[in-house]
Amino acid sequence: MEIHSQSIAQLSAGLQRKDFSSEEVTRAFLERINSLDHLYNAFITVNEEGAMSAATKADQRIANGTNEILTGIPIAHKDIFCTQGVKTSCGSRMLDNFIPPYNSTVIGNFNDSGAIILGKTNMDEFAMGGSTETSYYGPCYNPWNTNKVPGGSSGGSAAAIAASLTPGATGTDTGGSIRQPSSFCGITGLKPTYGRVSRFGMIAFASSLDQGGPMAKTAEDCSILMNVMSGNDPKDSTSAAKESEDFSANLSQKIDGLKIGISFQNHAKNLDLGYQNCLEQALNQLEKLGAKLVEISLPRNSFAVPTYYVIAPAEASSNLSRFDGVRYGYRCDNPENLHDLYTRSRSEGLGDEVKRRILIGTYALSAGYYDQYYGKAQKIRRLIRDEYLSCLKNVDVIVGPTTTGPAFDIGSKNNDSISMYLEDTYTVGANLAGLPAMSIPIGFVNECPIGMQLIGRDFEESKLLNVAHQFQHATDWHLQSPIKKNNA
Amino acid sequence: MGLEVHLQLATSSKIFSGSSTAFGGAPNSQACYIDLAMPGTLPVFNELALRCAVMFGLGIDAEINKISVFDRKNYFYPDLPKGYQISQLHHPIIGRGTFDLFLGDKTIYQIGITRAHLEEDAGKSVHSHFDKESGIDLNRAGIPLLEIVTDPDFRSSAQVISYLKALHILVTYLGISDGNMAEGSMRCDVNISLRKQGVDSLGTRTEIKNINSFRFIERAISFEINRQIDILEDGGEIIQETRLYDSELDETRSMRSKEIANDYRYFPEPDLLPIHITDDYISKIRNSMPELPLAKRSRFIETYDITEYDADVLISSREIADYYEEVVTTCMNSKLAANWIQTELLAKLNKSEQSISESPVSAKKLGLLLSKIVDETISGKIAKQVFSEIWSTGEDPLLLIEKRNLKQMDDSSEIESIVQTVIDQNADQVKQYLSANEQKRKKLLGYFVGQIMKSSNGKANPKAVNQILSDKLSEQP
Repeated sequence: MEIHSQSIAQLSAGLQRKDFSSEEVTRAFLERINSLDHLYNAFITVNEEGAMSAATKADQRIANGTNEILTGIPIAHKDIFCTQGVKTSCGSRMLDNFIPPYNSTVIGNFNDSGAIILGKTNMDEFAMGGSTETSYYGPCYNPWNTNKVPGGSSGGSAAAIAASLTPGATGTDTGGSIRQPSSFCGITGLKPTYGRVSRFGMIAFASSLDQGGPMAKTAEDCSILMNVMSGNDPKDSTSAAKESEDFSANLSQKIDGLKIGISFQNHAKNLDLGYQNCLEQALNQLEKLGAKLVEISLPRNSFAVPTYYVIAPAEASSNLSRFDGVRYGYRCDNPENLHDLYTRSRSEGLGDEVKRRILIGTYALSAGYYDQYYGKAQKIRRLIRDEYLSCLKNVDVIVGPTTTGPAFDIGSKNNDSISMYLEDTYTVGANLAGLPAMSIPIGFVNECPIGMQLIGRDFEESKLLNVAHQFQHATDWHLQSPIKKNNA
Repeated sequence: MGLEVHLQLATSSKIFSGSSTAFGGAPNSQACYIDLAMPGTLPVFNELALRCAVMFGLGIDAEINKISVFDRKNYFYPDLPKGYQISQLHHPIIGRGTFDLFLGDKTIYQIGITRAHLEEDAGKSVHSHFDKESGIDLNRAGIPLLEIVTDPDFRSSAQVISYLKALHILVTYLGISDGNMAEGSMRCDVNISLRKQGVDSLGTRTEIKNINSFRFIERAISFEINRQIDILEDGGEIIQETRLYDSELDETRSMRSKEIANDYRYFPEPDLLPIHITDDYISKIRNSMPELPLAKRSRFIETYDITEYDADVLISSREIADYYEEVVTTCMNSKLAANWIQTELLAKLNKSEQSISESPVSAKKLGLLLSKIVDETISGKIAKQVFSEIWSTGEDPLLLIEKRNLKQMDDSSEIESIVQTVIDQNADQVKQYLSANEQKRKKLLGYFVGQIMKSSNGKANPKAVNQILSDKLSEQP
């Protein structure tokens, strides 16, 4: 099998067997990026030199036997993770000139494991968007159909994996930004429990919702990435004080007797027939594997999108205040005075979607509106979490659609923010509730992949990965590739 | 009047980062990625700041909130790197308490403490040095502050000053702040409003910000009160605003009115968890608390039998109080120690602008010196000479007394011979003495003693001299 078609687990085994070196693997992916990424615009920065020198070091580790499972494996990182010495733009003109002098904890963890930083992937500006169209570096294109969006905000990571430009990537998920692009690009992505993965050095969008997570071709690969990226971090006070665990340990456990909650009102609304059929088949498959389907009800989820679009912009409006042109980042030319410096640096440095959300958030926090918006949204958020928790007392996992349909056309929702925001209908609930959730491919609608979402209990990522792995063991949706499709 | 005091807490690192809090570093040499609000960086709460706040709460017997929450106070300013200040709005760490003031007339006056909350300091804009541009120094950004808010209980600037002095003493006793006003460790905003006699509600208030010395506080208050009186008597209205005191012009003037328009959009800081504290945590701190100034004051008056005035001077800092107690233990005379520390030691320190911890004469040495007065080895006068000398040389007082042979002459035969010589040399005066009345005798006795002390170089034990002299005189034919 060609190097670029292999999963992380396969590449790791190959490196261990010395079938190929890390330098060969790394060069293979760099060459694919160089020759193909002009089609997808999945990367903002390709770390060619850094990757090759890291590969040399990884080969030494493999030679002297101090390698770990990810040593020598190239990984792409969403351009939201601060990477020492490598431009970290967050998809914004504001940080086009920003080279962090420090590593995010996630990048530091990958570096320690000996993984190779292949490059930094495209994203919606400051992770605000669901299509990777708001990037200062231009839109990213879906490898299954380049007229379609790859989803977002981690669209660059999803597209890079789907196009086999990288075997795996990191993403972040504030309202669905890992799961929705995973669904659109036919890959596997996990948003861990809030607090599982350190947010230190991960540029903040909405602090109480942001969570980094793995994206790859398979659940098994996601588990390998989770083992490296997660864990308590004293630099992040909201990081969970949990012992790190081996997320790969339970993959092969049978899911016989597993109780799966199905919320039927979820896929009745807004969901097209093709998607519903795929979902039925996937559920049948899970039943064949021994799972029991249980009907549940999540009526409060209908408040999730409006709740999310108060809380996330409110926090964002405050988080983005630091981008003021004073200490780093974009600064306007020849400011006349302080007010001019602020106004023009931010007007010129930030894009429309970011400005829209700053305005919404500022309004929601204003004196006299706080109780009506932010205060109320936080109360509803608690009710939504309570509802999920009470359902998860009776079932192990909640299963449903990830998105309302397959990837949409580039530009089709640019003038319709509400319809863009409603894309998040199925995903924002898990963020508001802080629960782990993942998306796995379950078929195609109009020749574009679609995903199924699994939501689990707090800190039960292992169970989600186990279910996903068992499903992938029995199906081959995750093995489909746009390359095969294009060849056919 | 009501006060808001910003107290800089004596932690060695900042409230949300590991940067140093030392005063006077080169600009931006003590500002790390977190203080600079670099993208993706996160605050981590310094537990020592919490400890300081709890100690303060225990020190004034205030409510200590088991759950307190950090909030973001959002506004744009170049010296505020994140674009928000992390503070506590709705759930401060310290709730209601009272502060007892001992005023000069021996009455106790209680000041209500509304609340005290933790927050981070901002940086500093530097306008000199740069042509048409401003510099930002972020060394101060993130230094832990405890903002202590009082009820509007002050009726005079004298009360304000005595509160600030007592607060200064308390926080330095607790070791939670150096309370240094000149370096900005204790900054005070004064809220002033007037009301006519007999009227219940206070008028519109103005706030005077950041006045950094007792003298300026007094002058700013007096200026502002007079300004408000003039306006009200002319039938005008006070505008609620923040005013700055200009010490050069000795006046307050309005700051830009943007303050009023500012909407800080407070909301709970999502990067930090609420602070939960347990009874156990509080009681551990309670057990480690030093003796508080007021308790020490009462103890000194009771145990050492000194006046309230002396006690106030001696407890004015923990160092002076400790010094005093060491002198007392060494010399075993609490009143003598109290007098000497006030009249000799503190006077000399004042003159040389030194603090008691820099005193050239240690408490041990002063105690030993005084013990020699107590056991009558030397006289008070000699002791003052010795003190002067060891002040400049740092010598040991006992060795010096020995070396210079400054011990009182106790040997009666030696004294006797001096007395005899003086009697012999002053035959006329002795004659006068013998025929004189009581009053005249006293005068002459003083003359003889003076002569005797002179020829003994002041060392003769005055008691022995008196005894021997009167014996000898009565033996005269």
